[in-house]
Amino acid sequence: MDIKVLGPGCPKCQQTEKIVKDAVAKSGVDATVEKVTDTLAIAEYGVFGTPAVVVDGEVKSVGKIPKKEEVIGWIG
Amino acid sequence: MSETLSLAKNDSSLEASSDEKMEEEPSQINWKSIVKPLSLIVGGFLLFFFLPMDSVRFTNSIVESLALAKWYAQEHVLLCLVPAFFIAGAVAVFVSQGSVMKYLGVGANKILSYGVASVSGSVLAVCSCTILPLFAGIWKRGAGLGPAIAFLYSGPAINVLAIILTARILGPEIGIARAVGAIIFSIIIGLFMHFIFRKEEEAKAAAAMHMPEPEVERPLWQTILLFAVMVGLLISATWGKPEQVGGFWSAVFAVKWLLAGGFATLLGILMVRWMRVKLYKLIFAIVAVLVPALLIPQQPLIAFSVGLVAFVSLLTTTRGETESWFTASWDFAKQIMPLLLAGVLVAGLLLGKPGSEGLIPSTWISGLVGGNSFWANLFASVVGAFMYFATLTEVPILQGLIGAGMGKGPALALLLAGPALSLPNMLVIRSVLGTKKTAAFVLLVVVMATISGLIFGHFF
Repeated sequence: MDIKVLGPGCPKCQQTEKIVKDAVAKSGVDATVEKVTDTLAIAEYGVFGTPAVVVDGEVKSVGKIPKKEEVIGWIG
Repeated sequence: MSETLSLAKNDSSLEASSDEKMEEEPSQINWKSIVKPLSLIVGGFLLFFFLPMDSVRFTNSIVESLALAKWYAQEHVLLCLVPAFFIAGAVAVFVSQGSVMKYLGVGANKILSYGVASVSGSVLAVCSCTILPLFAGIWKRGAGLGPAIAFLYSGPAINVLAIILTARILGPEIGIARAVGAIIFSIIIGLFMHFIFRKEEEAKAAAAMHMPEPEVERPLWQTILLFAVMVGLLISATWGKPEQVGGFWSAVFAVKWLLAGGFATLLGILMVRWMRVKLYKLIFAIVAVLVPALLIPQQPLIAFSVGLVAFVSLLTTTRGETESWFTASWDFAKQIMPLLLAGVLVAGLLLGKPGSEGLIPSTWISGLVGGNSFWANLFASVVGAFMYFATLTEVPILQGLIGAGMGKGPALALLLAGPALSLPNMLVIRSVLGTKKTAAFVLLVVVMATISGLIFGHFF
């Protein structure tokens, strides 16, 4: 499973990355978590705001910090 | 005895060679970790060692700095800033970003997209770091370069909090001019950028932008009413005492607290009907506010503060939207209050107030940016474009500058060029847009700011 956290580096994005990593650890799913900070690369995903979370190419959350339970729900 | 002596001699020769050995070993001192704190301590020491306490100008500036901070605390924080934080929080929570984004997507009506982009900056980009990815998205995957630029400029320029504070402290004419100017600017600059670079605008990628999940949306009229009531409350609470008695202004001033109370009660009722706030809590809150309002009417701040506390408890003891509203408002306050305090202290220190000078002599200020000359406006625009202003700090700084002799035209020019641009910000924009487009953007902003300053200074 490939998870990308999109964000240029502000505290909200860092917090999202941490939540995603915690969720992956808690659920025990085998997944790589990658942080994307380049603005144009983020724009390529067509998200309207950061932080954003993309799971296996599918945009799951845009513009807000997701809750850990939500992330666990996506990675199932 | 001789044995001990010779032993001692042997020991000392041993020590001599182990001394030499020690000099060759690497140092125990980790200089890398020491440099920063050490420079801070040395710097601080030097600062205080040479503190010019004999200079009257210096001690006056310190006093002015503290006096300005106190004035802000007494006159503006409770009545203006705190309500403004709640309004900004409401914008963040209640304005549906999804419905705004529809106007900035690929298929959107071009004219409408400029209009929406020019006002939606501070609605959509609530976190300042969101502005660039969103801008890039609108450019590449959405409505195109023009609306994207309009959005990029309007985001910081039409900051709800900044407009409110500008109007309150620098006067309603400048506040309104700032808001109107920023909106018109963003459209014009967007159009210019689109025109200049139209040959480069390729066909947009067919893929649409990802909209946020559709939330259960409140009907538009409800959102409008909510904001109208909050703005009414803010305006009544901050209604200034007019200089001449009599006339509309005085009449409103006489009843401002009744009006504020009315708006507050209305707000409470809306919250009960639409946000699941319990009626008994509202009644309790109203009673709590009425007590100081009736017993100590000469100190309306007390009743107002009780009202604020009651409002916060209504927000935080009701589950759902009200909690998000509180959190959004708190996030703003947490981020902005320290910055504003720093800005106020620095502005007071450097610029003083009308009648008492700060560290910078007012003759310099009036020489550079006084009056309404072309040069004054241009200078103000360029300085504003390159200088970094943390959110809201432009207000106390501008207050100091105007008090020290800056003309109203150049002041507006600085307000229009300042928040949207700064040197670090330009470098980041350059990494997305490239040097040519960034240069065009900056040039357009400076030119427009100068022109607006000239026009405003001429008529006001």
